[in-house]
Amino acid sequence: MDVATSTPAESKVSRAGQTMLSVQDLRVWFELRRWGFGHAGSVRAVDGVSFDLGYGEAIAVVGESGCGKSTLMKSILGLHLPTEGEIVFEGTRISDLGSRRMQWYRSHVGYVQQDPFGALPPFMTVSSILEEPLIINGVNDPHERSERVVRALEEVKLSPVEDVLPKFPHMLSGGQQQRVVIARAMILQPRLIVADEPVSMLDASIRVEILKLMRTLQEAHELAVIYITHDLSTVRYFSERIFVMYAGQVVEKAKVDDLLADASHPYTLALLAATSDPDPENALTFKDVPPGEPPSLVHPPAGCRFHPRCSHAIAGLCDAKEPPEFTLAPSHTAACWLFR
Amino acid sequence: MVNDSLLRIRDLKLHFRTTKGVVQAVDGVRFGLGHNEAVVVIGESGCGKSSLAKAVLRLLPRNVDTYSGEVYLNGTDTMKLDEEAFRRQVRWVKMSMVPQAAMNALNPVLRVGDQVAEPMMVHYGVGKDEALAQARRMFEHVGVPTDFMQRYAFELSGGMRQRVAIAMSLVTAPALIILDEPTSALDVLTQANIMNMLKRIKEEMETSFILITHDIATSSELADKVGVMYAGQIVEVSDAFRFFSGPLHPYSQKLMASVPRLRADVEPEFITGQPPSLFGLKPGCRFAPRCPARFGRCDQNPPVYEVDGREVRCWLYEETGTLVEAAKEA
Repeated sequence: MDVATSTPAESKVSRAGQTMLSVQDLRVWFELRRWGFGHAGSVRAVDGVSFDLGYGEAIAVVGESGCGKSTLMKSILGLHLPTEGEIVFEGTRISDLGSRRMQWYRSHVGYVQQDPFGALPPFMTVSSILEEPLIINGVNDPHERSERVVRALEEVKLSPVEDVLPKFPHMLSGGQQQRVVIARAMILQPRLIVADEPVSMLDASIRVEILKLMRTLQEAHELAVIYITHDLSTVRYFSERIFVMYAGQVVEKAKVDDLLADASHPYTLALLAATSDPDPENALTFKDVPPGEPPSLVHPPAGCRFHPRCSHAIAGLCDAKEPPEFTLAPSHTAACWLFR
Repeated sequence: MVNDSLLRIRDLKLHFRTTKGVVQAVDGVRFGLGHNEAVVVIGESGCGKSSLAKAVLRLLPRNVDTYSGEVYLNGTDTMKLDEEAFRRQVRWVKMSMVPQAAMNALNPVLRVGDQVAEPMMVHYGVGKDEALAQARRMFEHVGVPTDFMQRYAFELSGGMRQRVAIAMSLVTAPALIILDEPTSALDVLTQANIMNMLKRIKEEMETSFILITHDIATSSELADKVGVMYAGQIVEVSDAFRFFSGPLHPYSQKLMASVPRLRADVEPEFITGQPPSLFGLKPGCRFAPRCPARFGRCDQNPPVYEVDGREVRCWLYEETGTLVEAAKEA
């Protein structure tokens, strides 16, 4: 089916609720070398992650740095090969794709980088940046190309378009640069956008503007979006489901409202408690923060990976057996022995 | 009246020469800070927050065009001291700073304990053993195990390195510490830990803080007072309690509305437009082009009014406020 010619309304009817991307028991380990060849263990960056993503659905993966969320994202983009498990996009395992089919896959998956200035080539104008993916993917008619470039810029509300086209990235503000990055991700009309902390480098006053723009695009084009973020307070407005990651594993999955109202995993609770709202009362009290730091991913703790920091840890269980995912409510799961 | 018993800044200017012209990074700042008080300076990037910190501590680059104004610390005008006297009497003795990304600026080939001890030896001329003993006390204050003093920076996590950088600013027991974005590169849990630690230090050591940040939500953890900076000027100074419940300046109001909240179901807004370029600023209120409440007077420079002990640089308070600083001529 040619996505370019279908209207959003049609495709919504045809595919709502269907699974587009399925990640099954994904493990991405990086081997450590001793003296350049000896085996010295593995960094288990992603260690057993499974989820399904439907058409037009936005999910957020929340976690601290080093929890494996970027590795998960790069595996979905096809930049890391899974050590075990598989990623299936529209029925095709992406690790089986050859280089030509990989190009097909990449044209369906857009990537919004964290640092817009680093993501845009400094010596290319906005128009050539946006044209390049079209040239690579065989849009040979220059008129069609320039038409699609203009349309993409209008969609990300970079106007007047004629002024922006000949500019180089350094001539744009941070917010405008991020819009160009989004336009580039959108120009091949992908079905999935992977956004790696798309607003963390931007000022607070324009973050909301960019996130609202992404939400509008998501709804208009029935895009699926995976947000990678560490900021719980922004995701609630811009995604349907939240996955909380800790030390390479997803510890809790829930719909946004369920997670905010009824978070279950002790790590999720700690994250929520540590996130501040602008409230003068905050200065009067101390925050309750779990002691310690995230574990090494080379030698993760036995059992639940959060148990050394968890105040609810059950001796003999949490430090011995890895907790499975317990279902607490429809589409709300937590990997924690407290719910056995 | 805004409490300024410790630090009083009047009409502070710091302009830089660049190839494109003069950047008015700090342009007539009026600000004050009391003893054992924590003030948060919030603003968008490029509004001159970090330049303000540098101007107060006189850590100036070579391309300074204008550096003028009054900075009173405990009643003495530090601007009248020459560089050597400022270095001996003020910097790191009465005021110290944790610069932006300090945790990545630790010396990689020195043990962190020695780095923390160094300011004691330089500024107070004490012996190494005594300086290390003082450094050990600081490690306890910031919550780093004292056996970490033997380690090098790369052996510590980001949060630990930030604590070491804060210990280095504390070691000489200055009255005022300026923290430039102390938590922006850290994770949520580490951020909360650092804020807890700063609160404790404020109680235990009776230190004053200037916390420079763009993260309004986290800043509320420490703030007694809030200063809002826009385009090189402080546009509002208010006690934290009333600021977070109802800011005065239209920019502060917009800024507060742009903060996403976890515990209240309020859709965040954004501020349309961009901050002005700090090259060749035009007369008139600098926020006026983006301001929803602008009116005829806004094309003249606004003076500073005091409204119930809060200061605001906005024409809207001409009638309700009392004038504390006249508008400057264009």
